[in-house]
Amino acid sequence: MTDAALEHVEMVRRPVRRVLLGSVRELALVPAIVVLFVFGIFTSPAFFTTANFSNTAQFSAALGMVVVAESLILLTGSFDLSLQSIYGLAPMIGAWLIVGKDAQGLGTKWNPAFGILVVVGIGAAVGLFNGFMIVKLRFNAFIFTLAMLILLAGLQQGIVSGRTIYDMPPSFIYLGGAYWAGFPVSAWVTAAVFLAAALFLRYHRTGRAIYAIGGNLEAARAAGIKVDRVRIGVFTVAGALAAVAGLMIAGQVVAVTANQGNNLIFTVFAAAVIGGIALEGGRGRMVGAFTGVVLLGLVNNVLVLRNTSTFWIDAANGAIILIALGLARVVALVRT
Amino acid sequence: MAFDPRREEGRPDELRPPAAEAEAIWKSFGRTKALQDVSVSVLPGECHALVGRNGAGKSTLVGVLTGLLKADAGTVRLYGEPAPAPGDRAAWQERVACVYQRSMVIPSLSVGENIFLNRNEGSLVRWRELRRQSRQLLLEWGFDLDVDQPVAELSVEQKQIVEIARAIAIGARFLILDEPTASLESRAIERLFERVRRVKANGVAILYISHHLEEIYEICDRATVLRDGKRIITAPVTELDHERLVAAMVGGDLARTIREHAPVTGDAAGRPRLEVRGLSAQGPLGAVEGVSFAVHAGECVGLFGLRGSGTSTIADAVVGLVKPSAGKIDVDGDGVGYVPEDRHARGFVPTLGVDENLTLSILDRLSRFGIISGTRRRDAADAMSRRLQIVASSGDQLLSELSGGNQQKVVVGRALAAEPSLLVVVSPTVGVDVASKEALLGVVDQAREDGTAVLLVSDDLDELRICTRVLVVRRGEVVRELREPPWDRLELISAAEGLEAA
Repeated sequence: MTDAALEHVEMVRRPVRRVLLGSVRELALVPAIVVLFVFGIFTSPAFFTTANFSNTAQFSAALGMVVVAESLILLTGSFDLSLQSIYGLAPMIGAWLIVGKDAQGLGTKWNPAFGILVVVGIGAAVGLFNGFMIVKLRFNAFIFTLAMLILLAGLQQGIVSGRTIYDMPPSFIYLGGAYWAGFPVSAWVTAAVFLAAALFLRYHRTGRAIYAIGGNLEAARAAGIKVDRVRIGVFTVAGALAAVAGLMIAGQVVAVTANQGNNLIFTVFAAAVIGGIALEGGRGRMVGAFTGVVLLGLVNNVLVLRNTSTFWIDAANGAIILIALGLARVVALVRT
Repeated sequence: MAFDPRREEGRPDELRPPAAEAEAIWKSFGRTKALQDVSVSVLPGECHALVGRNGAGKSTLVGVLTGLLKADAGTVRLYGEPAPAPGDRAAWQERVACVYQRSMVIPSLSVGENIFLNRNEGSLVRWRELRRQSRQLLLEWGFDLDVDQPVAELSVEQKQIVEIARAIAIGARFLILDEPTASLESRAIERLFERVRRVKANGVAILYISHHLEEIYEICDRATVLRDGKRIITAPVTELDHERLVAAMVGGDLARTIREHAPVTGDAAGRPRLEVRGLSAQGPLGAVEGVSFAVHAGECVGLFGLRGSGTSTIADAVVGLVKPSAGKIDVDGDGVGYVPEDRHARGFVPTLGVDENLTLSILDRLSRFGIISGTRRRDAADAMSRRLQIVASSGDQLLSELSGGNQQKVVVGRALAAEPSLLVVVSPTVGVDVASKEALLGVVDQAREDGTAVLLVSDDLDELRICTRVLVVRRGEVVRELREPPWDRLELISAAEGLEAA
């Protein structure tokens, strides 16, 4: 090998140009976020305040957690609609077991720490079940997880006969209600989970296996990756994350309603997809999904500060999602 | 300590055991004997050709040599040692790699990551190390690729390099190349040969599978010919002249010519029903360049070529599924009937019944103000059913419940229902039983006699017997025209596979 060639080999950093090009899709929402930010400042004096950011972060934390969960599954080339029911049912059962009968509980009054374990355990178990049925028994992911969504949401209603569980012990609502350094614990935790997921996907061999499976399942199998195990594992972890997200929201509102989680999954998909997580799997990054969550959170915040009628907020959300998708499509076209 | 195919790399090739050695392999699928007593050995530094027509047993042998299939009898040795257990994929991968036509890379990942996918020690990926190692490997083996480029942006040729580099990185010193030139253009083929010579010179053993026989003379040292699951011959390519090679593939006992068809002149004087001039197009199954021909009423013109030679692309262009990049296609008359190659994807609607499928193309004739007349549909379908001898319990039986032969009859029937002036038929009898094959070819021949112009695309010599003229296509160009039946098998195959000397 010549000296010049050796030098070439030693040059092991990725060229800056390539790094930027690779991130174009992830950063596509940044301009939109900046515009919204500026718009927010002019909209209301209450926008650019710590209290408002803290509120917005709290509002987005639980959603963000489920977005991480769904993104992981999407990257493997599958999806799970029932995450929204896990988000409702798991904290419901946890709370039900630890509060008294007068607060709509079962009356068993278990230790709250045990209740939290139950919450996470139910999430993981449902995720494992979904993963097993879809990966091993080849059920269609759409129809199977739709059925699970309906079933679990029905259980959630049935257990409490449509009523709301309240009066939960402080430790159970700590994750959703407490603050660290002026910011909600839930926001810190979700940020940490985003970071951990991003690093895991980038640097852990299982993280890379997730991309490989979503990119070309047969090739991943041929490379010796334990495809089924990874896929089922991702479903399980996602279920647990969705349950923790549900615990966050329960702590925030200091209650578990019988319809907690309703319609959440649409927003979750929207955030992931406008953030560049490909529905067909194998492409997308956590930083992109994060910008998706931030964008939706800001939109909602600005609409609320403008005193937009709540009846119009859904329509505005839908429009924003369409615009974001349009922008992403333009970016994709420009790139090719 | 793990087995390492590279351990004897210092020794001269001739002193090392064969990289792969299959001995007296038997393998059956049901009643089909795919391999019977086949032995083959591939030496380090050797490029060994595996030749045979479709169904000769090549794929089965590759399956056995890569551990994907378990032989019923016989032994496989790799680098002088017994082959790993059938389920031990990792061990097989360290010894042998097959580059299939279907690309086994992950488009969303970079070149470097594809090369070292799932190969890192420990659970964390060290990106600098991965990038350095893959760049070094590419340099050492003279592969010119950017390790940071996403594989999705690469050409077919470059994806192939990634797969070869990956095999080498794993440590395999026995490569199987399955039709590696099928979708490459000629300069890319030259570069591939250059790479094959280079890895060969480094002691890698190669089993080279190709339908293009001229390639075998160019880069292979020895060749093994399979026919009907048996090994016919193994010899250095220098001792195998073209005629012997083709004869070994086709078999001496077969009639040399295809059953005779009375010469038909067709209505050559009139305007052609189909005229193709200077057609260039790129389709999923190969590209064509500068193709010109005409089909007249009462003629059946056969387009014979290997898969990927461009014959399907010509058919697709004629029926408008592929947009030509240059040239003109003129169809005279009303309507083109089309029998597509992939009947499951494009041929019929499996969830509808026989009658509905047969009449899909003529609904406008059977309806008034959009309301379809049930009686008229039944009559039209019945007539077609009888003509094609379609076996179904009733006109309502779903297509998904019919046998392959009857499904194909429905597809042909639908194409003919509209009484087209031009019928384009692609491999109409693939996968159908003998009786259905006769019926299908009979119907197409009858349509031609009734004055339809027929373009028949096929790589099955037997189908060509209903043709009145045959054009041979190789690498996107018409290389031969045969006007006088009977057709000579050797001549057809030699022309299609690029052995003009035969």
